Amino acid sequence: MNNTLKNRLIDSGFKYFAIFCTFFGLIVLAIFIIQILIEGVGRIDWGFLTSLPSRRASKAGILTAWTGTAWILGLTALISIPLGVAAGIYLEEYGKKNRLASIIEVNIANLAGVPSIIYGLLGLEIFVRTLNFGGSLLAGAFTLALLILPIIIVATREALKAVPKSLREASFGMGATKWQTIWYQTLPAASGGILTGIILALSRAVGETAPLIVIGALAYVPFVARTPMDEFTVLPMQIFNWVSRPQHGFIVNAAAAIIILLLITFVMNGIAIYLRNKWQKKVNW
Amino acid sequence: MKRTGEKIIEVALSTSGLITILTSVGIIWVLVSESFSFFQVVSVWDFLTDTQWTPLFTQKHYGILPLLSGTFLVTAIAILTALPIGISIAVYLSEYAPKSFRKSIKPALEILAAVPTVVYGFFALTVVTPFLQSFIPDLGSFNALSAGIVMGIMIIPMISSLSEDALYALPKSLREASYGMGATRFQTAFKVAVPAASSGIIVSIILAIARAIGETMIVAIAAGQQPNLTADPREAVMTITAYIVQVSLGDVQHGSIEYKTIFAAGITLFVLTFVLNNISFWIKKKYQEKYE
Repeated sequence: MNNTLKNRLIDSGFKYFAIFCTFFGLIVLAIFIIQILIEGVGRIDWGFLTSLPSRRASKAGILTAWTGTAWILGLTALISIPLGVAAGIYLEEYGKKNRLASIIEVNIANLAGVPSIIYGLLGLEIFVRTLNFGGSLLAGAFTLALLILPIIIVATREALKAVPKSLREASFGMGATKWQTIWYQTLPAASGGILTGIILALSRAVGETAPLIVIGALAYVPFVARTPMDEFTVLPMQIFNWVSRPQHGFIVNAAAAIIILLLITFVMNGIAIYLRNKWQKKVNW
Repeated sequence: MKRTGEKIIEVALSTSGLITILTSVGIIWVLVSESFSFFQVVSVWDFLTDTQWTPLFTQKHYGILPLLSGTFLVTAIAILTALPIGISIAVYLSEYAPKSFRKSIKPALEILAAVPTVVYGFFALTVVTPFLQSFIPDLGSFNALSAGIVMGIMIIPMISSLSEDALYALPKSLREASYGMGATRFQTAFKVAVPAASSGIIVSIILAIARAIGETMIVAIAAGQQPNLTADPREAVMTITAYIVQVSLGDVQHGSIEYKTIFAAGITLFVLTFVLNNISFWIKKKYQEKYE
């Protein structure tokens, strides 16, 4: 009898411990976000968003950083979306049984596990030096595009996989070619899932710092980038720079910039989750 | 005519797939070629056994051990933080929680992995370190402990999500047999379900370790910049990734030995994560669907 009681106690004890664990990470994150808001929200004003970087913390702004982030977001999307979606289509719709496809598949699984800073070393040698892009937006965008390519490919494949066979067969039955079937039927049907994956991948790119440090993105850029060949900085880079300084004013600036960065990340993730839910409901064929 | 068009499209699509292979080849080529010329100056033996890493000083030593020890120390702290929490979450969600709770909490936990790592670094430096200093008085303002704990929080969803998938995939009959013997949910979870799903759980842990080893910004901000051969979590340490960041921020001449050190450090990092990832693939393949 005693034993049964003990076991029951352990059972419910663990239950409450596990509930605590489940919320632990989220609570810590919430505490942190509140701390950041207290520290940084007062610093955000029009001047902060429209000022160039400065040696004086109270005058410094994030104009170059957020425009750099916008540039990087756009260029990375332009490079990675067509490549990633095309590769995903190939693997799912064409390469079911061939050798090339299975090599590519193993390779993508490996690439997804490569630390982001290694992509920085790749970008430094290939884009910055060999192709002579220098520490430009273009070099950064190519590096990040390669980094998020596996995410887009995997998302594309999964979305295509969820499209029922009957849809393809109906299209073939009407005399459509393989590509016509993919372009007019399969791809539109899978678009929700693909879009979700693309947004998540791009939000990852927006938050990346390490590979951009390696390719030589600068913390101090005194002008707004006008062409893809310009030098640049991005929000995470600016935050890293400010965090590394001892004066408290820069810590406040970093907190303020983090609020903006988190806002961008959470909005992108929110859109992705919304799309995923909407698409999942629709996809019950 | 249609046929040629179809063929062209297929070739174009497969070319995009080939880009990923080129990426891998590029990574290996870049790392091997640059570190090859590094190892013509520094012997592999010195690299692996020298206990000092001071390439940027006048008295130069190129021993990777301090960087490795720093990397492993922070990783160990991160895993020690994330493992009990992650496994508890996984067991709770698959064995205890109602379905609706499971469905809504999983995406919420993913938020932890979506926060940019530079933000976690700020967190470690400005919140966690001062907090820990209040009861560990001799904790430095840069230390392995705080960086490791924060990294652990970041990788909780990796362990919980993959382990939960493994537990959830187990056949119901396994649990029913255990309940039929009069076992509690706790006993069923830890004596039947967790052992049965162990391969999936181990995979999640290995992938989390690989992720922690490659993590950069948290350690670059909060763990310090001193190559330090120590197992004391209160001290400042330098990880492989933090070293690459330090050199990249400085003014190092292209082609110099200092420049090549980041590729030697990079190839060490690459080999570590590559081996861990492939062990996890192997386990996954070997033990997958044992119960189906």
